[in-house]
Amino acid sequence: MTMNSNLSSSESAKKAAEVERLSQKKDVRNRWLLSLPALAIIFFAAAGPLLIVILYSFLTPGDYTGVIWTFTTETWISVVLERDFFDETLGWADAHLSIFWRSIRLSLITTILTAIFGIPTAYFIATRSPKSRNIWLFLITIPFWSNLLVRTYAIQELIRNKGVINNFLQWIGLTNEPIEMMFTDFAVGFGMTYVYLPLMVLPVYASIEKLDFKLVEGAYDLYASRWQCLRRIIVPLVRPGLIAGSILVFIPCLGAYVTPQILGGGNQLMFGNLIALQFGQGKNWPLGAALSLTLMVIVMIALVYFVKVSSGENKKNG
Amino acid sequence: MTTNDEAIEIKNALKVYKGDTDVYALNDVSLMIKKNEFFTLLGPSGCGKTTLLRLIAGFEHPTSGTILLNKEDISLLPPNKRPVNTVFQNYALFPHMTVGGNIAFGLEMLGWSKSEVASAVDEMLELVKMQDLKNRRPAEISGGQQQRVALARALAPKPQVLLLDEPLSALDLKLRKQMQIELKRLQSETGITFVFVTHDQEEALTMSDRIAVMNEGKILQYGNPRDIYHHPENKFVANFIGDSNFLLADIQNGNAVLTDGTELKLSKENKQVSNGQKSILIRPEHVQMSKAKGSKKAFEGKISNIVYFGTDTHFHLELKTGDDFTIRKQNTPNEGTDFEIGAVVELTIDENAIQILND
Ligand SMILES: Nc1ncnc2c1ncn2[C@@H]1O[C@H](COP(=O)(O)OP(=O)(O)OP(=O)(O)O)[C@@H](O)[C@H]1O
Ligand SMILES: [Mg+2]
Repeated sequence: MTMNSNLSSSESAKKAAEVERLSQKKDVRNRWLLSLPALAIIFFAAAGPLLIVILYSFLTPGDYTGVIWTFTTETWISVVLERDFFDETLGWADAHLSIFWRSIRLSLITTILTAIFGIPTAYFIATRSPKSRNIWLFLITIPFWSNLLVRTYAIQELIRNKGVINNFLQWIGLTNEPIEMMFTDFAVGFGMTYVYLPLMVLPVYASIEKLDFKLVEGAYDLYASRWQCLRRIIVPLVRPGLIAGSILVFIPCLGAYVTPQILGGGNQLMFGNLIALQFGQGKNWPLGAALSLTLMVIVMIALVYFVKVSSGENKKNG
Repeated sequence: MTTNDEAIEIKNALKVYKGDTDVYALNDVSLMIKKNEFFTLLGPSGCGKTTLLRLIAGFEHPTSGTILLNKEDISLLPPNKRPVNTVFQNYALFPHMTVGGNIAFGLEMLGWSKSEVASAVDEMLELVKMQDLKNRRPAEISGGQQQRVALARALAPKPQVLLLDEPLSALDLKLRKQMQIELKRLQSETGITFVFVTHDQEEALTMSDRIAVMNEGKILQYGNPRDIYHHPENKFVANFIGDSNFLLADIQNGNAVLTDGTELKLSKENKQVSNGQKSILIRPEHVQMSKAKGSKKAFEGKISNIVYFGTDTHFHLELKTGDDFTIRKQNTPNEGTDFEIGAVVELTIDENAIQILND
C-alpha cells in the first residue's frame, strides 16, 4: 500500500497495465491449452473428413466404386445441371432439383406440423402440476426408447393398404377401396412428423414452463385483450423455444434417410436417399460428396435464417 | 363527508376456493375506500389480502357479493376493462421490452397515438426519476429501479385506483424506507387512490390514511392509524399493531378491578361499558414507573428483566396478579440505573390509556 502510493500515478498505471497484459497473455495461452482436446476432436472428426469430402467431390468416379485421381468440375455441374446424352447441351437436372425441392418442402411441412401439434402439447404439459408434468414428459420421451426403424415399420403397419387404418375405414364402411397412403409424400410427412414431434415439444415446453404467468396477468391488467397478451407477451417469450424446436426438426428432416426410404419407397426420394444412392448402386462417389456438401450449404442457409429471425425479433421489441 | 367521496365499495364479498376442504379466502368482507386516499390492507400471511386485491383488479371474481367502483358494479368486468392498475409483488416487468417499452405498454393497449405515448412515457420516467435508464431491459437495472418502473408502468394510464401488493417486501431496509417516502410523494402528486398491501405494521402506520386489519378472510377493524393503535377493538388488532399488555379485569361502575383487587380508574368513554369480566389493554409506553411507597392499594410490580434498546428501555415486570407486564421508558442522557432487577415499583396509568377490548 505504502509502496504504491510512493509511485507516481502514471507509473503505477503503467505497471498495472503491464500486469494486466501479462495475465491476459497467460490467460489466452491457458485457454488454448484447455480447448486442445475439443479442437483435436473437431479437426479429426469434422474438419478432416469434411476436407476429404470436398476433395472427393472434385475427383472422377471410378468404374466400379471409389475414385480416380483426376481433377474435374463435371460432378459439381451435374448437381443441378444435366448434359444431354446426344448433343452435350446443358439443361436443368430435373431429377435432382425435384428431390431437393421435395426435401425442403417436406421438411418445412413437417416443421409446421410439429409446431401445430407440439405447441398445444407443450402448453398442456407446462400448465399441469409439477408432479404430473414429469409423467407427461416421460411419456413424450418413450418413443426414443425404441429404434427408429421399428417405429417407422410400425407406421407402415398403420397406413399400408391392408394396414390398421384402412381396415378400420373399410370396416365402418367409409371406403370400399383402401386409401393409397404408402409411398406418397403424405406417408413421408406423416412419418417424419411423428418421429420429430418430441424435438419440437421439449424446447417449446422448456420456454413455456419458464414463462411467468404473472406477466400475462400484468398485460391483461394493462388493458391488453387476450389476443394482445398472446401476441405481445406469450409469443415473444416462447419464441426462443419455438426457434430451437424448428431447428431441431427442420435440419434432421432435410437429411432424413430411414423414414423416406421405408415410407416413401423408390418414388419419394429425399436428399439423404439420393446421397446414399450415389455411394451404393449409383457408384458415383464424387457426386455423393458434392450432394452432401450441397445439403450442408442448404442447412447453413436455413440456420442463418433462423438465427436472423430470432435476433431480428429481439431488436424490434427493444 | 359526502357520499361522492367513495372510490371503491365492497359489499359482502365472499371468495371460496373449492378443494378437498373449501378455503374461505374472503369471508363476508365489506369495505369502503375513499377517493385520493392511501388505504392499507394489513394482516398476517394467508389472511386474504392478495385475494381482496385480485378481486378489485378483476383477476378473480367474488363467489358472492359486489364490488363497486364510483358506484358502478364492476364485479364481473375483466381486468382489461377496469380503470384499475396493479403493481405486482415481483413487479412482473416484461423482460423482452425496455423500461420505456414497459411503461408504454398500457398506453399502447389503450390506443393512444405514438406521440401521446412518447410524451407520457417521458413524463412518467421523470416522475420516478429514471430518465437515464429508458432503453435498458428490466434485467439490466437494480431491484429498486425495477420497483420504480413497475410503479411508472401502472401509473402511466392514470388509473382511478392503484393496487400495490407488498411492493416493498423484496427491498432491503434502507431502500424500503426511501421507497415508502417516494410512494407517499407519488400518491399525493398524482391524486390517485392507492390500495396498499403489507404485513408490516410499522409500514402501515407510517404511510396510510386509513388501515384495514384483516385476519382469516375477515376485516376486523378499519380506521385511521391513530384510532387503530389507540382504540383497537379486540386482542388480535391490539397484538398485531404495536406491543400490548393484556390484563383480565372486572368492570365495576367505572373502575377496572384486577384479579388481585387493584382498582384502575377508567376514562369517561369507557364508563359506558357494561359491567362484567373483560380484557383490558395497556400500551407499554403509556405507563409511568416510580419507587414503590408501599401503599396497599397501589398498582405495583417487581422488575424481572431489563432490556436496553438505545432509544428506550423495556422493563419486564411481574404484577401482584401474577401477570407479566412490560413498560417502555424513553432513555435520557442523565439517567442512570434507577431501577434494577428485583426492585418493586409503583405504576401510574393515565385513565385514557386503558382500552377495554371486545373479546
Ligand atoms: N388459487 C387458490 N386456490 C386455493 N386457495 C387459494 C388460492 N389462492 C389463495 N388461496 C388461499 O386463500 C387464502 C388467502 O390467500 P391470499 O393469497 O389472499 O393471502 P395473503 O393475505 O395475500 O397472504 P400473504 O401475506 O402470504 O401474501 C390462503 O389460505 C390461501 O391458501
Ligand atoms: Mg399476498
